[in-house]
Amino acid sequence: MKYMLMFVQTDEKAWEKLSPAEQNMPAIERWFGEHAQAGRLVGGNQLRPARTATTVRWRSGQPVVTDGPFVEAKENIGGYGIFEVPDLDTAIAIAKTFPALQHHIVEVRPIVERG
Amino acid sequence: MGSAAPGNDANAATHAAIGRIFREEAGRLTGVLVRLLGDFDEAEDLVQEALLAALEHWPTEGIPHRPGAWLMTAARRKAIDRWRRRARYQELLAQIPAEPSDASGEPDDRLRLIFTCCHPAIAREGQLALTLRAVLGLTTGEIARAFLSNEATIAQRIVRAKRKIVEARIPYRMPGAEDLTARLDEVLRVLYLLFNEGYLSAGGTAAVRRDLAEDAEWLTALLARLLPAQPEVAGLLALIRLHRARERARLGAEGRLILLQHQDRSLWDHALIAEAVVLLEQASRMGRPGPYQVQAAIVACHAEARSWEATDWPQILALYDVLARFDPSPVIALNRAIALRHVAGPAAALAAVDTLASALERYHLFHATRAELLRALGRSAEAREADLQAIALTANPAERALLQERIGLH
Repeated sequence: MKYMLMFVQTDEKAWEKLSPAEQNMPAIERWFGEHAQAGRLVGGNQLRPARTATTVRWRSGQPVVTDGPFVEAKENIGGYGIFEVPDLDTAIAIAKTFPALQHHIVEVRPIVERG
Repeated sequence: MGSAAPGNDANAATHAAIGRIFREEAGRLTGVLVRLLGDFDEAEDLVQEALLAALEHWPTEGIPHRPGAWLMTAARRKAIDRWRRRARYQELLAQIPAEPSDASGEPDDRLRLIFTCCHPAIAREGQLALTLRAVLGLTTGEIARAFLSNEATIAQRIVRAKRKIVEARIPYRMPGAEDLTARLDEVLRVLYLLFNEGYLSAGGTAAVRRDLAEDAEWLTALLARLLPAQPEVAGLLALIRLHRARERARLGAEGRLILLQHQDRSLWDHALIAEAVVLLEQASRMGRPGPYQVQAAIVACHAEARSWEATDWPQILALYDVLARFDPSPVIALNRAIALRHVAGPAAALAAVDTLASALERYHLFHATRAELLRALGRSAEAREADLQAIALTANPAERALLQERIGLH
């Protein structure tokens, strides 16, 4: 079963101010590398900050393009990974070891699989 | 309150007997079917339908000699009804045994079932409802009556909980050793909530309903048997039994609540208290203290005191300090302040209580406690004001009656 782990910074501004060492970046990279090596991580990306986001929505009968993410919030989706694991408990166990959990919320979502 | 007609008494007795059988059999049956079918949702539904069939037949036809086998047959029949039109239905059906398997030698499926129902990925209210239905064999209607809720709401909670299990693929197994403590905490929290719900709602006016406090005690005892090396399970069991041992002294005429201070201690079940204390001592010898063991120790202090005046308050205060380290919640701090009153006086206790105002302003016992302390200090106008706030915040009839009485409202 595939799960998307969404890595949400609890405070984007505070996170951006941290140095790569304070962000625990080397450990994060190692963490992703190990899961990829083991074949559990089957996809995923780091995202640019919320200031780079553009939102398209339907308004008054037509698409409208605006600057910014779809919800203005302190929290920000910093990246995501797609993990192929047997069940939710395994996905949760992986989320618990994310090396920057002190600054993140990890949302675990099952992915719809067809066919 | 009118007295029940004899027919109703007989009905209530049959209903209680059926409830006890469901409790013994439902979890076992659900556990086996989930394992065999690999489909939590379907297995749980089949058992529920079997229970409803039993409720239809047993009160008039009598309880069968082997109720477990009867329920398994009923579940099988329900499966035939449901699967008849499905491809490979014979294959599916072959997975359900005609008879429940002999439990000897088999690991108890109920343990896996309990941990699955109390999985932290399920909303708390869903954990409770699902545990009641799948493990303890309550019908949706009984759960609704127990929680003074309606059936549609409870049914919705159960549907959501089961959908989460299926869609997010919550595994049907015991947590691994590294997770066991955290997951067990979750299970114990559900059991304690269940107990409180049953214990506090005692004296309510609902007629025939399952005794949730008894269900909670039964399930905690089962868990303690299945997990003998877990002192917190024994701690919770001791806590529940210490409360239940004093049940008879707790409610007076017309379901009026009697405070510990005024209870007739000769009505307490002293044999049960002694038994619970032994259980607690065995747990504490394992050398892994926890919040339930400490809470049980506090209640044991009260239960072993010969009178209110003879209560060992310094010991209780010390235990609250330990408890606050495990659970630094404002409610624990409020209870600690009550003990502090008896060690350091009402003024010191009031000062401690007042620091909790912002955290507990919506909690009726915060205001009720303040009222008592203010009254002890001779500040009766403020005490009355606090009692009125407490009354406005509780719906429990026994608690309301007590609070209204002490400020002369009826």
